[in-house]
Amino acid sequence: MTSDSPAVAATAEHRAAGFRMSTGRFGDRLFAGVARGSGITILAIMAAIAAFLLWKAIPAIVHDHANFLTYGAKSDQTWAPDAQPAKFGIAQLAFGTVVSSFLALIIATPVAIGIALFITYYSPRRLASGLGYIVDLLAAVPSIIYGLWGVNFLSQKMEGVSKGVGTVLGWTGVFGGGNYGGRSLFTASIVLAIMILPIISAISREVFRQVPTAHIEAAQALGATRWETIRIAVLPFGRSGVIAASMLGLGRAMGETIAVALILSAVPGINWHILQNGGGTFAANIALSFQEAGVNGRNALIASGLVLFIITMLVNMGARWVVARRKEFT
Amino acid sequence: MAKRIEVSGLHAYYGQTHAIEDISMTIEPRSVTAFIGPSGCGKSTFLRTLNRMHEVIPNARVEGKVLLDDEDLYGASIDPVAVRRVVGMVFQRPNPFPTMSIYDNVAAGLKLNGVRGKRQLDEIVEKSLRGANLWNEVKDRLSKPGAGLSGGQQQRLCIARAIAVEPQVLLMDEPCSALDPISTLAVEDLISQLKTFYTIVIVTHNMQQAARVSDKTAFFNIAGAGKPGRLVEIDETSKIFTNPSEKATEDYITGRFG
Amino acid sequence: MSTISARRGSSLEQISARRRAKDWAVRILVYIAFLLAVIPLVSVLWMVISRGLKDLNGSFLSHSMNAVTANDPGGGVYHAIIGTLEQCLLASLMAVPLGLMTAVYLVEYARGGKLSRVISFFVDVMTGVPSIVAGLFVLTFWLLGLHFDFSGFAGSMALAVLMVPTVVRTTEEMLKLVPNELREAAAALGVPRWRTIMFVVIPTALTGIISGVMLGIARIMGETAPLLLTIFITNAINNDPFHGAQGSLPTFIWDQSTTSGKYAVDRAWAGALVLIIIIMLLNLVARAVAWLRKPATR
Repeated sequence: MTSDSPAVAATAEHRAAGFRMSTGRFGDRLFAGVARGSGITILAIMAAIAAFLLWKAIPAIVHDHANFLTYGAKSDQTWAPDAQPAKFGIAQLAFGTVVSSFLALIIATPVAIGIALFITYYSPRRLASGLGYIVDLLAAVPSIIYGLWGVNFLSQKMEGVSKGVGTVLGWTGVFGGGNYGGRSLFTASIVLAIMILPIISAISREVFRQVPTAHIEAAQALGATRWETIRIAVLPFGRSGVIAASMLGLGRAMGETIAVALILSAVPGINWHILQNGGGTFAANIALSFQEAGVNGRNALIASGLVLFIITMLVNMGARWVVARRKEFT
Repeated sequence: MAKRIEVSGLHAYYGQTHAIEDISMTIEPRSVTAFIGPSGCGKSTFLRTLNRMHEVIPNARVEGKVLLDDEDLYGASIDPVAVRRVVGMVFQRPNPFPTMSIYDNVAAGLKLNGVRGKRQLDEIVEKSLRGANLWNEVKDRLSKPGAGLSGGQQQRLCIARAIAVEPQVLLMDEPCSALDPISTLAVEDLISQLKTFYTIVIVTHNMQQAARVSDKTAFFNIAGAGKPGRLVEIDETSKIFTNPSEKATEDYITGRFG
Repeated sequence: MSTISARRGSSLEQISARRRAKDWAVRILVYIAFLLAVIPLVSVLWMVISRGLKDLNGSFLSHSMNAVTANDPGGGVYHAIIGTLEQCLLASLMAVPLGLMTAVYLVEYARGGKLSRVISFFVDVMTGVPSIVAGLFVLTFWLLGLHFDFSGFAGSMALAVLMVPTVVRTTEEMLKLVPNELREAAAALGVPRWRTIMFVVIPTALTGIISGVMLGIARIMGETAPLLLTIFITNAINNDPFHGAQGSLPTFIWDQSTTSGKYAVDRAWAGALVLIIIIMLLNLVARAVAWLRKPATR
């Protein structure tokens, strides 16, 4: 006992006197528990979303007299879950969602890569973060305002543009069909592209910024022009990051409700002529049909929402997986 | 193939900072010249002015002349990209392109310059890898990633990549400082062989290395904190290391500072 | 004989015209790409400002839409502003503690452990949940499951679900920026872990966290879809977010856009202008707060 340090001795004395040491053990355990509980709550919320959607979706699907997956493809097959007998299906919605999102992706990704390259390699250094901020402002505009702009301004402009595109590219079938309008899947795709541009470009910018200088210098020392340097040192390095970024953009486009709902005019059936008015997506359909929906109608919308939830979750998980694979590799 | 370099009145700046001042020297073709000096004295900065890599840094600039066989690299009509094709560089840390195979790494510069035919590329790739003493070690795995080699091999790969385009001059910025002693020896042997074809300039902080590989040595020093680096003395290597003219050189060689 | 060797004689010949042309072409394309981002931004902002100013006046800001139909002039967004402010406040009150403590868990307690990797993964997945799905969730859980009525509070729950991942991620980043030396110094003084986090780490990261929270609020403020499903639409002022349908700026704009009437569109634009002004203000304040913290990092 005589070899105890003063601190230990004092502690022993303190304890012997019956006082509780304020080691904060209780506080620590409580705090840590709250923190852990918060994390677990996140998991619970995700599970609850799936569970509750499923709970209401099943009765709707069970009562559906049409094939949930394929009904809606023809133009006489309208979304009618409250009719007797109930008939509704997601074919048109799936088509519209997939087509508009992928088209938005095809439009937005090259532009986003161009913007990212512009900001990281072509613009004056001092302006770089300011320019990035301007592009990020696109993300600050809420979708309802994009919808307003889309239906009141872009749709009208697109009427003329669609006629032009149709005349030139009509032979492709997709851009053909005559009777072009502004409230079409094509217009919706353009607005979606604008909306997902900031997220793809922001992530791409980050990825391009992180290319090690050593590789850039290696290309420059070989006598490569700026574009060649980007081509051999930057783009290969950033490829998986850009892919992940565009997948995230795709997920966002698929879930976008309001802008699409305001732009598309409601015409049932799958229509490959995307320059014509009409079309539907999962999200837009929910927003537009909700107010008038009866009990079964609501459940049908929830069922379609469940499908949307699953699809976007798969796309998002895919994006994370691409990033995770890249982390192992580099 | 190799050319003479004549530098006169060279100054380099990083923005407002005067990094190196008034450097003049002549580097003979097919020789190895070593730049030695304490850290921060501007030897790497000067090296990078020789292939116009210095100006890549924002706000960096160069004044003065660098003549490659009478052609001024900093002439008004000269494209820096063209300069770098002719003056190659090997860096301190080996930097093969990670997404490319060994073959593609060596061929990278060739493809940029429009060499297309597969047979031609094969020929030059083999020649360059042999020239870098790497062929026998990698000839069976040319399609494997360049980054999968050891440090010494990667550096020799970078050397192969640099000589594949047949530059006139080869600049090496502390090429062995990231390598183990055995790889260092291998690269030094390589340098002695390469000098039959190329004019080589090597920056090194290892004086024994300078003594081993170079024909001429240039000693750089910095006058004081915050002052620009200058060339103190350039002479035959044997003379620099046994009987230098400047006291500063002698102090550095004998380890009194540095 | 390779073509390279043929150039042995010449030294500094120009790089080929094709390569230079490609380099220039890419440069132009990249500039165009940037313009393609700026043009829509300018167009949208221009339209909102020019068309919104028409109806924006004191009366608009202080009246609701009570008893005003689509074909009547007048009306205003007062009820909508109240609704939006209350809903976002409630959403923040729910999302910030949850998000903050989750970030604390991920950074301070369980770096790299299995549970934390799962949580981190699902936070990322949550970022991608479409806003309408969040609305559907609250619809099924709160309204259909627990039989509560439409209310501002229900809407704020959906908004909270959307806000949590943003708060978690930005808080995580800010906490990671706090130097470890600070934690070690506190530990060496015998301060218990939870006090270190509460009174040393979080305050150090606070301005960054606040900035992130404000950006999160700016993001949810414009969300329409979840509100359509949970707070419904009403024209009257409802100051109570816990009972009955409540207005909000996004649903106001939606309502005015989807009803046809002489005056509706103008009101929609004016509402949009109010919304975007508030969002931009929030963004600016968030950035100002983030900028103010910079001295701490120097």
